[in-house]
Amino acid sequence: MDTLLLSRIQFGANISFHILFPTITIALGWMLLFFKLRFSATGDRKWMDAYMFWVKVFALSFAMGVVSGITMSFQFGTNWPGFMETVGNVAGPLLAYEIMTAFFLEAVFLGIMLFGASKVKSWVHTLATFLVAFGTTMSTFWIIVLNSWMHTPQGYELIDGVVHATNWFEIVFNPSMPYRFVHMMLASGLTVAFLIAGISALRMLWGDKGEDVKSALRVGIIAAAGLIPLQILAGDMHGLNTLEYQPAKVAAMEGNWETRSNVPLVLFAIPDQENRTNHFEISIPNGASYILKHKADGVVPGLNDFVEEDGTIMHPRVSAVFFSFRIMIGTGVAMLLLSWAGVVMLRKYGAGNMPKLPLIAFSAMSFSGWIATLAGWYTTEIGRQPWLVQGVLSTKDAVSDVPAGMVLSTLIGYLVIYASLIIAYMGVITYLARRATRGEPLTSRQYPRGGTTDVPVLQPGE
Amino acid sequence: MDFFGDPAVWLPWTFASLMGLSILIYVVLDGFDLGVGLLMPLAEDDEKDRLVASIGPFWDANETWLVLAIGLLLVAFPPAHGLILTALYLPVFIMLVGLILRGVSFEMRAKAPIAQKPLWNGAFFAGSLMASLSQGFMLGMYVMGLTWTLPHVGFALLTAVFLTVGYSFIGAVWLIWKTDGALQLHSVRWAKGGMWGLILGIGSISLATPFVSTRIFDKWFSFPEILYLSPLPILSGVLVVFLWIQLRRMPFENDRYSWTPFAAATALFTLAYTGMAYSFYPYVVPDKLTIYESASAPESLFIILLGTLFVLPAIIGYTVLSYYIFRGKAMELRYD
Repeated sequence: MDTLLLSRIQFGANISFHILFPTITIALGWMLLFFKLRFSATGDRKWMDAYMFWVKVFALSFAMGVVSGITMSFQFGTNWPGFMETVGNVAGPLLAYEIMTAFFLEAVFLGIMLFGASKVKSWVHTLATFLVAFGTTMSTFWIIVLNSWMHTPQGYELIDGVVHATNWFEIVFNPSMPYRFVHMMLASGLTVAFLIAGISALRMLWGDKGEDVKSALRVGIIAAAGLIPLQILAGDMHGLNTLEYQPAKVAAMEGNWETRSNVPLVLFAIPDQENRTNHFEISIPNGASYILKHKADGVVPGLNDFVEEDGTIMHPRVSAVFFSFRIMIGTGVAMLLLSWAGVVMLRKYGAGNMPKLPLIAFSAMSFSGWIATLAGWYTTEIGRQPWLVQGVLSTKDAVSDVPAGMVLSTLIGYLVIYASLIIAYMGVITYLARRATRGEPLTSRQYPRGGTTDVPVLQPGE
Repeated sequence: MDFFGDPAVWLPWTFASLMGLSILIYVVLDGFDLGVGLLMPLAEDDEKDRLVASIGPFWDANETWLVLAIGLLLVAFPPAHGLILTALYLPVFIMLVGLILRGVSFEMRAKAPIAQKPLWNGAFFAGSLMASLSQGFMLGMYVMGLTWTLPHVGFALLTAVFLTVGYSFIGAVWLIWKTDGALQLHSVRWAKGGMWGLILGIGSISLATPFVSTRIFDKWFSFPEILYLSPLPILSGVLVVFLWIQLRRMPFENDRYSWTPFAAATALFTLAYTGMAYSFYPYVVPDKLTIYESASAPESLFIILLGTLFVLPAIIGYTVLSYYIFRGKAMELRYD
């Protein structure tokens, strides 16, 4: 394998590992704020119990997100020097604003959110929780702006092959940004909703009868059921936006080779890029034309339009995009069915008397948000290939000339570490849940208690 | 953009200063928490939790200064960012793995089953060690002009050890400030044991730098520059003597002056860093690429600067707030 492919795999591995944790912290921050506000409003201890359990998951996820994020900021330089050299004038300020307006806000107030409960007044602690949630959202905003600009660049001019910004409003509010931002925020919301519902269901299966677990299960299911239709709508609109700006990606998602009308919706197939056809195709007639053009004879672009006369392929690897897209959609459909069934069960039995089967189903789906999010990101990012910045910079022009062997060895190193850390992470979350179920004290985590102690309540770790 | 003359001159200068400031803040702040990680194996089992507690509320934000520093290099001097990081590909990888291990085991050691705790303590130390050694190695390679020859690598290996011991020193003086009782006594001993790393580190880099480059030699050893610069080594010497005397007499009654070694160590780091900055200016890649040659377009730098003017004071403000809220001694553990 060459340096280009290895570097792509390495960046893909790093960013895949990284995105798992922000996907949790973005929405979990707001969920914690919700728990805290419910506690402040009702004084009901169960909300604080839920806060104390989930704030630990938040702390762990945040740490994983920070350290894997540092890796990203270095890899721009170690593996992709061409990226910043070409588009640094646009990407630079966006990254700088992310660091300055989001990273410090999150990191500093996280300390107060986790350890400051006994040191500051309750409202200051609530404010710290809010600022952390706000910081994660700001961070999402800036990085999505940059990512969207890489898909739908505008507001720049090329001088001697280097991008110069001409209009920051156009850069920030580039055509795909609103769709991508909403899609990602909802993805985070769904991931957290299923995580909370799933872990709560697991605790109930283990026999936990706590009020906090029942409430968390209810909140998780209702949030999931409410968010999933919004996500399907947002995803559809995002798809139409992609059709307008990146037709090659949509052609690969649909597995459509020829530009034509009455394009069927391919449910399953094995795309064959060499022979430019699909094998074992199962499809619904006119389906893709309906979805993308809202009429049976709508013309949908095909992949063969993106092969240049000398045979250079200017569309992404079809099977990768095609299957990622179907995994995302499949997971989304499963989420829709389960969460709505869950709401029906909630009405029928209440959170305390849920039958075993839905509880098992929810625990099995605890991390389903990760699968859908990763599959969705693979669809959109691989779908942009061979471009790094659509129409401006191709991926192969940005890669560094580090020897392939060197990249391979670091890649193996990263993969080993990431695999073990994901296992450890999921293991510890289940372990925390098991201890909480047994009613054992949740953690041995200590917190500094020096100085004056004004408010004795709300210790993280209790 | 023309308020201070040519924006292609004052903007790169401003950003180089901001980046330098971020690196310095990073080295001091993450220096002490990396140092605390390095001291873990020396601490008794019942002290380990207090060690971690002393940096608990701060480490996330401390590492963010590294992101800011590397981010500023990335956004303000993109070609330099590429050149430096591809030259340092392997040590960067080791540092990143170290930082990952550290951050994760920081959380895991408190949350995983008790039986796993020694494992995560070990990972916490190993991560701190990898990060410190690789940072010291990169410092040495940078001073040597980022070329991989045997003598340069040898020098970089030395600075790797010196910086690591230097970090353990600033970690120890941080603990002197933030702890009391037996642990504080231990910290005094660790600080005395780690001081040589700091002295040798600063000394070797100060001696080596001028001899690697005639340009730097001339910058230091010509008249009248040598006169203006003489306070740097003199003050550093005074601080070293002060530290040594203070540590020998510690602890004082009622814990008075327990903050002074940390303050003196910070001052010493700052002086050494100022000297380095003076040596290398205006180069961002030693003797190859100046900050003016590698800077981004002035329009882009200006838009970042606008934000920085508002955001940086806020960052400093709430960082101070956080250190204020968590002032005082890191207390004995409470197992819940």
